[in-house]
Amino acid sequence: MIIEIGHFALILAFCIAVCQATVPLVGAARRNAGWMAVGRSAALAQFPLVAIAMAALIHAYVTSDFSVLNVVQNSHTDKPLLYKITGVWGNHEGSMLLWVFMLALCGAAVALFSDNLPPALRARVLAVQGMIGVGFLAFILLTSNPFLRIADPPDNGNGLNPILQDPGLAFHPPFLYLGYVGFSVSFAFAVAALIEGRVDAAWARWVRPWALASWCALTVGIALGSWWAYYTLGWGGWWFWDPVENASFMPWLVGTALIHSAIVVEKRDALKSWTVLLAIITFSLSLVGTFLVRSGVLTSVHAFAVDPARGMFILLLLVVAIGGSLTLYAVRAPALQGGGLFAPISREGALVLNNVLLATGAATVLLGTLYPLFLDVVGGDKLTVGPPYFNKTFVPLMVPVLLALAVGPLLAWKRGDLLGALQRLWVAFAAAILVALLALYLSGETRVLPVLGLGLATWTATGALVEWADRIKLFRLGASETWRRARNLPRAAYGMTIAHLGFAISVAGIAASAYAVEALGVVPVGGSLPLAGYTLTLEKTERLNGPNYLADEGTVVFRRDGAVVTTLHPQRRFFPLQQQTTSQTSIRSSLIADLYVTLGDPDEQGGWTVRAYYKPMVSWIWLGGLVMAFGGVVSLSDRRWRVGVASRARFAARAQTAAGD
Amino acid sequence: MLRKLFYLVPVVAFCALAGYFALALRPDRDPHELPSVLIDKPGPEFALPSLNGGDRVTSDGLKGHVVVVNFFASWCVPCREEHPMLMRLAEKEHVPLYGISYKDNAEDSRRVLQLLGDPYRRIALDRDGRTGFDYGVYGVPETFVLDKNGRIRKRFVGPLAADTVQNELLPLLQELNKS
Repeated sequence: MIIEIGHFALILAFCIAVCQATVPLVGAARRNAGWMAVGRSAALAQFPLVAIAMAALIHAYVTSDFSVLNVVQNSHTDKPLLYKITGVWGNHEGSMLLWVFMLALCGAAVALFSDNLPPALRARVLAVQGMIGVGFLAFILLTSNPFLRIADPPDNGNGLNPILQDPGLAFHPPFLYLGYVGFSVSFAFAVAALIEGRVDAAWARWVRPWALASWCALTVGIALGSWWAYYTLGWGGWWFWDPVENASFMPWLVGTALIHSAIVVEKRDALKSWTVLLAIITFSLSLVGTFLVRSGVLTSVHAFAVDPARGMFILLLLVVAIGGSLTLYAVRAPALQGGGLFAPISREGALVLNNVLLATGAATVLLGTLYPLFLDVVGGDKLTVGPPYFNKTFVPLMVPVLLALAVGPLLAWKRGDLLGALQRLWVAFAAAILVALLALYLSGETRVLPVLGLGLATWTATGALVEWADRIKLFRLGASETWRRARNLPRAAYGMTIAHLGFAISVAGIAASAYAVEALGVVPVGGSLPLAGYTLTLEKTERLNGPNYLADEGTVVFRRDGAVVTTLHPQRRFFPLQQQTTSQTSIRSSLIADLYVTLGDPDEQGGWTVRAYYKPMVSWIWLGGLVMAFGGVVSLSDRRWRVGVASRARFAARAQTAAGD
Repeated sequence: MLRKLFYLVPVVAFCALAGYFALALRPDRDPHELPSVLIDKPGPEFALPSLNGGDRVTSDGLKGHVVVVNFFASWCVPCREEHPMLMRLAEKEHVPLYGISYKDNAEDSRRVLQLLGDPYRRIALDRDGRTGFDYGVYGVPETFVLDKNGRIRKRFVGPLAADTVQNELLPLLQELNKS
């Protein structure tokens, strides 16, 4: 019964989405306030309905209702409760439901927090959101229904892929989807602005918090996913340039460009049509990613069950959503007049450079991801161009990004003083050289790339701090005056500094990961393995019974100069249901380095394959991601986003335009 | 006018992309077979260092038997998908598999094989991808069937699927071994 309620709620949500997509649009065109108001009510009604559907499916999983096909295919009574819940989105149908849930959440949030928007713009934004909802709800209901029943319920289900039975599944997909889908709001704003034919500072002011919030969620989602891959896949990697990773990385790159270019629209009334295009492309790339993952046209570790009908349906959605919005762009964007002019060397110029580099980066990733697909059409299939391609193309693009990142915020709007900015950055330059030399000395190696990476990270981080110190006149005015300035500095400025620091932290972690040391050996119980100055001893192994698996747990003691540093317990888990083995790594993390150990197969003589890594600063990669997202949140808490400010700004902007005419 | 055309670029680019996507979804497409211009021609010669030491792995050394040559790499995700099939071919079907580690570090290749098992009789190191280039390899994995005279008889692009193995690879090997 509950399942039918969920199914019914989803159908109802679809019907309401149809209303939301049409009525407010007509209302906005005819200036009919009542019709426009339908958008808000529809968006607010849609969210609880999709939430009911989600709850119904979760209920079926928790109670192991094996009359539901989706539960049979993906669950099992022996599965721990956490994985019964998270297993809901560990499969295609359930994850699409999560996708729509996030979409409805965003729609409701727009409806709630848009009192300061002009009614017509709000109606159009919500209508575009409604259209996206119509597409994806229809997709679920027609091709990927999680609420299908089966006639003869089996005694038990097929269980969940053991690799997904990890707490990471509870956090990674929800954040990632919130990020993906959150960009639908900036997309809706862009399309609404194109329909209205007007983009101004106030528009940028409205769209930016939404883009920023989605960007934060996506950043956290990607960082968590990378961390999860690191500790779960057991070969110590943290990024594989897998199509699905790329699918999340491309919107992130373009989204990063978007939150930067929107600043220019807001402050200087320039780069309008470019910003609108970025908003469209960011969400389009989220959609393309969805297509690539779920149509089965590319191979990936994340592949879902494949059904050509689904692929065709999503492709149709892509054509309508992306093709439609880009056509609208082609028709309307030429009319968007750019406002402020600026010299190449200026804050605007630096942000344009940032945009060009990030967009090029996204294009490179897109090409590398789709290259196999282009061949596919010629007749081949399923190849990966792999890290060699991305390391040669994408990584060099990040060098100028880092170089410019420290300089940009020090340049003035309109016309900047490059020499002056560079002079103020001498500390950053000195620090970068110092760190690079230190890296050379400590590693005793002469590889260029990691040294370059660490130097650039230091340059960026110190540069961000220099800019902050500059603003509060640190050491130049009295302590009390500096303190007053520090307190009065807008949160947005702090947000920028923190986010840039976070980026530098990630880059440092990535660069330092080149210094990882690996040890691999077949070790008998009591035997040892050397690793980067440590000695690992496999003290014992024992057989444990998990809730739905058997495990061999090793006790590995790390010693340095005879003294015990840490004891780790890697496991090798066997899931009898799926006949699959996974390795549960055991890691001691610290800011200096991770000690990482996995237990492999035993051999006939009683030895165990032990793989261990010494990974310097690897946790900085994800820490940096979290710091970046935190910077975004700090910026979001800036008081200028709060109620009333934006509408006043729009009023002022209009008054200004009127005066200009 | 020209300026207006400029704004058409995104939508035109997207249409091209969507066209590719549509073609990729074509149900009649046989995804695992890519004809090679080298079919029935002698396989390109090579003499590559061996991953596990010993003599170089050479194209001449493969002659005299029907062999299957598989290009792989540690960084390649589809290879991991294909790997259980290779293990099955080596252990159950006793197919003489030769591996060519394509654009990969020896260390990484070795590690992957230690982790997943080694299905190959011998493994050659094609560090710079030269031999892969000669064979016309687009990416990994790719698999070639060479007859007793060292001629390329078949090329499989992408991971070997169960039905491809059953219906094409194994019958072909049987036929070649008879002649």
